[in-house]
Amino acid sequence: MSRILLSRRTLLKSAAAGLVTAPLMGIERAAAAGLTIGIIYVGPRDDFGWNQAHAVAASELKKVPGVTVVEEENVPETVAVQKTMESMIKLDGAKLIFATSFGYFDPHMVEMAKKFPDIEFRHAIGLWSKDKHPSNAGSYYAYLHQAHYVDGIAAGLSSKTGKLGFIAAKPISSVLQNINAFAMGARKVNPKATVQVIFTGDWALPVREAEAANALADAGCDVLTCHVDSPKVVIETAEKRGIMSCGHNASQKALAPKGFITGAEYKWETIYKNFAALLTKGEKLPNFERGGYDKDYVQNTAFGPAASDAAKAAATAAIADLKANKPYVAGELKDNKGNVVVPAGKIIDNYDVFLETTNYLVEGVIGSIT
Amino acid sequence: MPVPRGAVATPQVVEPPIGPRVRIEPRDGAAGPRDRIAEPHHRFAPPPPGDPPLTAVDATTALPTADASARRRVILASVEAVLVPIAAVAVAVGLFSVFLVALGKSPQTFFELLWRGGFGTAFSWQNTLTRTAPLIFTALAVALPARLGLMIIGGEGALVIGGFAAAVVALPFLGVAPAWVILPVMFVAAALAGATWIGFVGALRHARAVNETISSLLMFYIAVAILNFFVEGALRSPADPNKPSTTPIGSENMIGVIPGLEVHWGLAFGVVLAIAAHVLMTRTTFGFAARVTGGNVRAARAQGLPVGRLMIAACALAGAAAGIAGFFEVAAILGKANASLVAGYGFTGILVSFLARHNPIAIPPVAVLFGGLAAAGGLIQRRMGLPDATVQVLQGLIFLTILLSETVYGRIPFLKPEGRR
Amino acid sequence: MSDALTTVAVAMFAGAVRVSTPFLFVSLGEALTEKSGRINLGLEGTLVFGAMSAYAVSYLSGSPWTGVLAAGLAGSVFGMAHGFFCRLPKVSDIAIGIALMLFGTGLAFFFGKGFIQPTAPRLQAIDFGFLTSDPQLKVALQINPLFFIGLALAVVLWWALANTRFGLIVRMTGDSAATAKAMGVSVDLVRFVATTIGGFLAGVGGAFLSLYYPGSWNEGLSSGQGLMAVALVIFSRWNPLMCVAAALLFGAAGALGPALQSVGISQGYHFFNAAPHILTLAILIASSSSKRSLKGAPGELSITK
Repeated sequence: MSRILLSRRTLLKSAAAGLVTAPLMGIERAAAAGLTIGIIYVGPRDDFGWNQAHAVAASELKKVPGVTVVEEENVPETVAVQKTMESMIKLDGAKLIFATSFGYFDPHMVEMAKKFPDIEFRHAIGLWSKDKHPSNAGSYYAYLHQAHYVDGIAAGLSSKTGKLGFIAAKPISSVLQNINAFAMGARKVNPKATVQVIFTGDWALPVREAEAANALADAGCDVLTCHVDSPKVVIETAEKRGIMSCGHNASQKALAPKGFITGAEYKWETIYKNFAALLTKGEKLPNFERGGYDKDYVQNTAFGPAASDAAKAAATAAIADLKANKPYVAGELKDNKGNVVVPAGKIIDNYDVFLETTNYLVEGVIGSIT
Repeated sequence: MPVPRGAVATPQVVEPPIGPRVRIEPRDGAAGPRDRIAEPHHRFAPPPPGDPPLTAVDATTALPTADASARRRVILASVEAVLVPIAAVAVAVGLFSVFLVALGKSPQTFFELLWRGGFGTAFSWQNTLTRTAPLIFTALAVALPARLGLMIIGGEGALVIGGFAAAVVALPFLGVAPAWVILPVMFVAAALAGATWIGFVGALRHARAVNETISSLLMFYIAVAILNFFVEGALRSPADPNKPSTTPIGSENMIGVIPGLEVHWGLAFGVVLAIAAHVLMTRTTFGFAARVTGGNVRAARAQGLPVGRLMIAACALAGAAAGIAGFFEVAAILGKANASLVAGYGFTGILVSFLARHNPIAIPPVAVLFGGLAAAGGLIQRRMGLPDATVQVLQGLIFLTILLSETVYGRIPFLKPEGRR
Repeated sequence: MSDALTTVAVAMFAGAVRVSTPFLFVSLGEALTEKSGRINLGLEGTLVFGAMSAYAVSYLSGSPWTGVLAAGLAGSVFGMAHGFFCRLPKVSDIAIGIALMLFGTGLAFFFGKGFIQPTAPRLQAIDFGFLTSDPQLKVALQINPLFFIGLALAVVLWWALANTRFGLIVRMTGDSAATAKAMGVSVDLVRFVATTIGGFLAGVGGAFLSLYYPGSWNEGLSSGQGLMAVALVIFSRWNPLMCVAAALLFGAAGALGPALQSVGISQGYHFFNAAPHILTLAILIASSSSKRSLKGAPGELSITK
């Protein structure tokens, strides 16, 4: 079977694909390039959130000479993504695949990496490990929780009630890390601060997100932030309610001209630019790429009008520490059920994968994972 | 079981949409041959002449088929059954081309890519057939109750519950029992869970006259809540921190692919199940009783048919089909239960079933069409820079034109058996 | 704890007022359509397309109410299409509805790409906050005019169906097409008009989603609300006043999940979030009975036969 497919790919590459009589411009273009990269998104590429952030940053790859980028949006986390990868490989001649949604990793990307050992696969976030996963697969991830930690510091100092609200989609590790970091930041500057978390249950539920924002405002929270696909609704609802907000994913400063404090932003473009540079030199991409403020993979949105001077000062100092790769997670750290998760005296390095297996909410967070 | 024709064919029969073919329109009078031509299985799979009629309905209408003119009618009906859908698709293609031209895109490129992505290469077929498999099950989950006049739109819920049940029952056996023990257990659990889920909908309909459309839709949301509650909570495996899932069943327990293909066994099983459903609906007393009930509930009751039990049975079968779709998602694709089970197969199955006119034997080919459109959608996005919604627009158009083409059956002059209406 | 209880109660009240409007508009429109003897399952597509066109037109014209009108008109085009197609012999209204749902959402997503990011002028609320000193209630009493229009429409429709010639004709058409024909009524025309009005209202419901609450356009905006609203019509027994009750109940129950989590009751939030569906199903089971057929069900309606 694979021999037949191989020959088909060769056919494609030779651009003389006599399968269809009429000329297919797209195929020739894709096949003529030196390297074709496929990028897969779980939602619409222009969702003003997670997918758009990737799409914008990934356009860096298009600037590399000889590289052709093919993209597909709204690919569900089912066998469909396997077939999309295969289709990119077999019909477009893709040699490198970026998969940008959590659920793409296991089993879908892992399966495809086993099936196509000559093709490189990279996943945003997936916890790739040398022992468990194929060597032509890998993952890259930016420690957004560092920026959420800075958000927490600024929010803790700007809040008057000490009650902060966090609207989250699902209790997965990357979300829990952000909630915990936000809480740790806030409680560093205001030990009495609490973070009330509401899980909506899915990535894009605008009505429930708005309801959650209203419910948190009603419960006395005066700063809201979130981790959902598109934070627009949450930030705008907070602004409507006359309370403050911190952004997520990209800059939402313009959406809250009164209440914006700061926001946690990915800088995917740094990662993709680095990748592009490696590709230009003809080098292989790393299998396990991680980084935060120290590598300029994340940033905080420029302060909004609601950030107090104290907040700005403390946040700026925290950013400087993180840029110097100073750890911010240290024992004794308890979860919100009273269990010790980091014993006293222990310091968690910023690159410790322990953080990426977070499955608890820290002390000070009001809420439950299930 | 002689049933007076009038009982089967009262004019007020509207639902299910297979109704029109069982129904005799008032203006057609009691024209048996018209009715015969419009029988669903003749349209899609014309039986050999002299096919022994097995149901009472067939018995009454089959008498004239002995002569040559009846044979001609059957042939004409078959020609019609092929020509009309093709013409309908052509109209949709034409309209969509206008849409593309208006957007400044080339329809020629579009349809070449559509062909290529869905059917044009060996890989395209693999891609298409892989996407086809779950749709056959979920479409059957719509079609079977539809024959009784029940409109179930929550098959997705049974798929979710079936997949969840399969993953959960496997847990105690993992590492203890071999795959040939685990897989059948999972299969039965999925089918039973799905059957219970939609069977409950049928029971509600029977016992309390709760509308099945709305209750099945509501229960879909409840199914998702149950899945997420357990998958993100008590049954969450630590293996994947970013995609809450049950413990993986392990590659040694996964279902493989059909030899020579890269498509899992779900496809073959789906086709077998579709054929079995066809036999059930056309060649058994159950199927006949179901069709009578679908034609007219009151008449069925008057005939002493156990309408309530029929409804619950049809719903349970439907739920089992959807549950089996969930089983294959878990056992052949995901290896575990998680939110990826909620992928919309149940809802696409509704479209497939309607396009197949709730005729089980027509479901596999229609599912292939949908699978192909989905498979090609990606290629079109990548090559033409069109958003994914483009294929959805085309799907909607094809769906509309095929449904509208229903209206021309029996009205095309050169295909009329008598040359006139 | 009583504080928490009050918070949840007020949140549910506020949620009922905020979230119910799209359900109300869609279900009122659908109630009229179904009373005439047809079912239009495609209102989900109409709702989504209405939401998109309202947002787009509001953004382009600068006037949100123009957006509402555009959504209504777009919706009526979908209604007309349904009404026209279903008059053809042997065409199933349920199937055409599903086709239009697919087509409508497809078109909305296709043309809506460019409007996800821009910020369009939204509809403003009427502030009844002066009625109370409670800060939470003050916010809850900021109510969009469309909510009141919906309530008024429900009363008018309820009255008109029962007491006017128009209402009589619609009901007669829905109960028995043969009788209506015998009376010289054009069944197709009545259903065409009823479906068109239904489409208009569903489009306006969509405008509320994108222009007021939650007040932005994206592809996940509706997530099935239109389909649910159609289902609520059966739940409401085709009574416009009951549609109001059902929409309010659904909205209030939808606020339950977030509200409980906001006061710290979060274990099992998946089920709280599904509260509207669980509650609706429970009421449906409790209030149905096999002894009597669905009261108020139009005799010609395919889905309840």
